[in-house]
Amino acid sequence: MGDKVLIEARDITKIYQMGDMQVHALRGATLEVRLGELVAIMGPSGSGKSTLMNILGCLDQPSSGEYFLEGVEIDQLDDNQLAQIRGRKIGFVFQTFNLLSRTTALSNVELPLVYSGMGGRQRRKRAMDALDAVGLADRVHHRPNELSGGQQQRVAIARALINEPSIILADEPTGNLDSKSGAEIMAIFQHLNEVRGITIIFVTHEPEIAQHTRRIVSLADGRIVDDRPVREPRIAGERAYGVRVRDIVNRKAASEQVE
Amino acid sequence: MQILESVRIALRALTANKMRSILTMLGIVIGVGAVIALLSVGHGFEQYITEQFEGLGSNLLFVISGQLESGGPGSARASRQRFQPLTMGDAEALADPFQISDVVAVAPEFQRSGRVVRGKVDMSTSISGVTPEYESVRNFRPVLGEFIAAEHVNGRSRVAVIGDTVAEELFDEFEYPIGQTIKLNDVPFKVIGVLEEKGGGGGFGDADNLVMIPISTAQTRLFSAGAVRGELVISIVFIQVVSQEKMGDVADRITEVLRERHRISFKDDDDFTVVNQADLIQVFGQFTAVFTTVLGAIAGISLLVGGIGIMNIMLVSVTERTREIGIRKAVGAKRSDILLQFLIEAMVLSMIGGFVGITLGYGASTLLSGVLELQTVVTAGAILLATSFSAAVGLFFGIYPATRAARLNPIDALRYE
Repeated sequence: MGDKVLIEARDITKIYQMGDMQVHALRGATLEVRLGELVAIMGPSGSGKSTLMNILGCLDQPSSGEYFLEGVEIDQLDDNQLAQIRGRKIGFVFQTFNLLSRTTALSNVELPLVYSGMGGRQRRKRAMDALDAVGLADRVHHRPNELSGGQQQRVAIARALINEPSIILADEPTGNLDSKSGAEIMAIFQHLNEVRGITIIFVTHEPEIAQHTRRIVSLADGRIVDDRPVREPRIAGERAYGVRVRDIVNRKAASEQVE
Repeated sequence: MQILESVRIALRALTANKMRSILTMLGIVIGVGAVIALLSVGHGFEQYITEQFEGLGSNLLFVISGQLESGGPGSARASRQRFQPLTMGDAEALADPFQISDVVAVAPEFQRSGRVVRGKVDMSTSISGVTPEYESVRNFRPVLGEFIAAEHVNGRSRVAVIGDTVAEELFDEFEYPIGQTIKLNDVPFKVIGVLEEKGGGGGFGDADNLVMIPISTAQTRLFSAGAVRGELVISIVFIQVVSQEKMGDVADRITEVLRERHRISFKDDDDFTVVNQADLIQVFGQFTAVFTTVLGAIAGISLLVGGIGIMNIMLVSVTERTREIGIRKAVGAKRSDILLQFLIEAMVLSMIGGFVGITLGYGASTLLSGVLELQTVVTAGAILLATSFSAAVGLFFGIYPATRAARLNPIDALRYE
């Protein structure tokens, strides 16, 4: 893991106009995330964590402040350039999965590639691979309503991965899942972070989930009030995600022994 | 993103809501079908009118006395002028090859309405005094017996050639009309021929309700035609010209000859009118073209209503799929991608509707053709018009909903419940 700065957000504010009232969702948040980090953003509801996430994900623009993603100043970009960044550099995972309900898992995973202009056959192959990587090779032609919550979230993760983004942003990814499925999802995130070196930021309000990361950023009232590393990250249940996770753990243990 | 991909997405979205898509299309189907069917009736009518005029005979000019145009400075002067009717002498002059070349035949006609009686049957009809040339010039062929011959004209014979309608009214099926006696305005005539059925007539009265007799008989024995400079008056002269190209030249020569004969000074207007068959077709052609346009416009309105239906459904669809739009935007769809998706959806709706409408309109046109006894014509132009119009309707009424979809803010769209 290099020390390359991936995200650099300085003094970000966000003000919403709700009728006559101004709502200060963010009051000057400064955050730096380096390549390969696994970060949890915590805070009570209304603390601005979702707003921060949307701004980091280029879904929303800050009212003031500077935001650089891989050295590119985001608030200088127009609508189309933002769409391109969302498509190529960022993978989203949402609490409510946000899959297209009428299309198969495969088509859902393919979607970002459709918009980055990849041809049909290549697209299909990559989507198959991505679904295989999250353990859903036998569910590619199922529609979201034929899948369990955990499976749907795994489809969403496959979709987020398909364009090989530099960062995955997950907004309460386990919020709608039972603890077993939640653990599965966390195992996948840890795997992606450890093995593939993908930077992952997720929002959660569950301390146990946050303990699976290496760094916890706490927000309150639109400001970052705490930012500390996690000494001993919890490893997501190996049984939960079967062979694949055990492999990761073993591989990791092996590499540590060599050192 | 490729167009093909957008079309596939559009088709998937439309098949997901089959009933709604079909109902929306129905508006366009009816609109396009109506355009095709009504235009075909209009075109059929136009063709029918043209055929009617061509049925008068080919390469025909005719001369009538007086000015056709009413109003304008010409008519005011014409009314001050001494009015001279056309005469047998005029017709003979027009037939003179030393005066006018390129004329095939000249047929003068003296026409009045009258009553024809046989036994208990008494009907009103048109009585035409004609010469033998009339048969070829006006294309009136006898199916039974013979036409008026030169000796009938010379001898002022009381012979008659009767039209199909008159024959049917006066004689029953098994009677042979030739040689029978009928009374025209109480004067007995011998039937020597029955004319072939002309049919139609449409707005011009029954073309088969007529009786033809020698022109001399009509002028002197049956009616009393006036005379100018000792020449008997006629109603109209038909002039058959050798070819279409010579029509203009011959019309000009006719004018010169008649002006001279009628002693019209150079500053006065003609006291007669030379009518070109082609001009007549054109005048009526303009009228029927307006008729066709009006029919098309009425049908066009229903197409417009269909378009509004598409817009309505597309707006509903955009609202319903707000979340989908948000998801697409979050994974990298640009505004133009979303715009294209919804625009293509609207156009696919309207164009499929258009194609079904064309098929249906074609069917309706064929059906109407049988019912109206009118040869309806579905022109390539009408199909092109309907297709491009339905695509344009899709485009026009799709733009607003599609723009609304494209402008949605991704966060708001994702939060939409």
